[in-house]
Amino acid sequence: MGTASISSMLLAQARSEFVTRWRIPAFSITSLVLPILFFTFFGLPFARQTSPAGVSVGAYLLVSFAAYGVGNVMVYGFGIGVAVERGQKVDVLMRAMPIPPLVVITAKVLNALVFSLISIVALIAYGVVVGGVHQDLGVWVSVIGRLLAGSLPFVGLGFAIGYGASPNAAPALANLIYLPLSFASGLFMPVDQLPGFVQRVAPYLPSYHYGQLAWGAVGAPAEPLHVSLAWLAGYTALFMFLALRAYRREESRKFA
Amino acid sequence: MSLAPPVVELDAVTKRYGTVEAVRGITLRIDAGEVVAMLGPNGAGKTTSVGLMLGLREPSSGTVRLFGLPPTDRRARSRAGVMLQESGTTGVLTPREIVRLFGTYYPAPMPPEQALALAGLIDKADARIGTLSGGQRQRLYFALAVCGNPDVLFLDEPTVAMDVEARRAFVASVHTLAGAGKTVVFTTHYLREAEEMARRIVVIDRGLVIADASPRELMARVAAKRVAFSVAGSLPAGAFDGLAITALESVNGHVRFLTNEPEAVLRALFTRGVELGDLEVVGADLEDAFLSLTRRDEPARTERA
Repeated sequence: MGTASISSMLLAQARSEFVTRWRIPAFSITSLVLPILFFTFFGLPFARQTSPAGVSVGAYLLVSFAAYGVGNVMVYGFGIGVAVERGQKVDVLMRAMPIPPLVVITAKVLNALVFSLISIVALIAYGVVVGGVHQDLGVWVSVIGRLLAGSLPFVGLGFAIGYGASPNAAPALANLIYLPLSFASGLFMPVDQLPGFVQRVAPYLPSYHYGQLAWGAVGAPAEPLHVSLAWLAGYTALFMFLALRAYRREESRKFA
Repeated sequence: MSLAPPVVELDAVTKRYGTVEAVRGITLRIDAGEVVAMLGPNGAGKTTSVGLMLGLREPSSGTVRLFGLPPTDRRARSRAGVMLQESGTTGVLTPREIVRLFGTYYPAPMPPEQALALAGLIDKADARIGTLSGGQRQRLYFALAVCGNPDVLFLDEPTVAMDVEARRAFVASVHTLAGAGKTVVFTTHYLREAEEMARRIVVIDRGLVIADASPRELMARVAAKRVAFSVAGSLPAGAFDGLAITALESVNGHVRFLTNEPEAVLRALFTRGVELGDLEVVGADLEDAFLSLTRRDEPARTERA
């Protein structure tokens, strides 16, 4: 008895996932335009400055907003996307199809990585052309690589929201969690300019260590790479565990 | 092909949701090429039965096989097309795009054009799904069910939300597929629809199969007329004895029952001196049909006010 090729269904699924997200302005605009908008307000005025330690302030702020943007794609793409699809009962029909659930999820992750890549590249291009921020090509490549690789905790956070929250609550919840998280982690302004109690909390947040990945890449002071990676791995495990628990609960309710 | 396992096999299957027993013990075998209607009122257990056949639900006891395999097996699912009552798709894709996508789930899909044509959706093929009417969405789900060129189709309440024309086109498509040797299993609560499309009708009521027959056999068993009248005085003793009627109700001088032979029954009642007023003889609806099936073996009851 024949079955279809997994790789071709994965490719088709990821493609259609991309087209779907692209056509939802609430998602595509938030993912691509918002980081550029924030950089324009908070970053452009200082883009051509250099810190006393010789770090380009423009590059520092640019990669901060890039980090914010990638996390945004992950948390919103999975959080709201999955919750909305549950609300539309897309998952029920998919369950009866000969496509394994893991392929559907992998397609979502692939699509989110592509969206993130576009978001980072667009922001960097804007920063270079409009803000006059200059770094070696190798630095930008390293920024992109680090931000994509380190985005896994936010994939987990997104899935946890997507499977745990109702379709109506998910957008609000994603905002309430992710936006303060980004602020408190220094993605919008450097941590040492934040209120004292926030400065004390920041080193325990996933986006703080995610930001460290990006800051390290442009030569700003940052914790050692392995420390960032350890924190991000821990948060990945935690969020994936929460996501899996919510997924299983949904399974036993809908498909037991 | 005689060695091939049946398409669907349910063996003493039950399904409980908490304390509710949706399916109370169904044994059913559906062979290749059959067109089977699962007929029953809302809440009879039809959707749960289909969910069990597809592996969307796990049986509380008993076994379910699809092409001789557990229904969750990808090899079995690759041969099954599915249209569910409660399912959806994202609204921003077009029918052509999503039909092409679903085709990739199957080993030997039909061209998207062909699936869209079978579903009568060609003129809306490039519209956003979100702009489709309820009936057009039903056609889309039908296109998704057939696009993989499956050996068996499971259609749960397929004609809900379809207008008359869409229904007619849908029935024609099912006949086309059946003619091509496909197995079709669909649920409905319309007796006419079951009769029109199926070669075998499985009647489900309260989680049990209460009849499993060809449409012709079933129609013969189903009482076709409902008779209602009022009586001025009291009914003579034994007025209804030995008459071919079911589901007899007699309350406050208002009498109702079901029968296949209204003329003979009324003649007998006149002979027995029953004074009839407000006589009505109408074709039985599905509810009546179920009453006559479910109460066939029970003695006629007379309820007092």
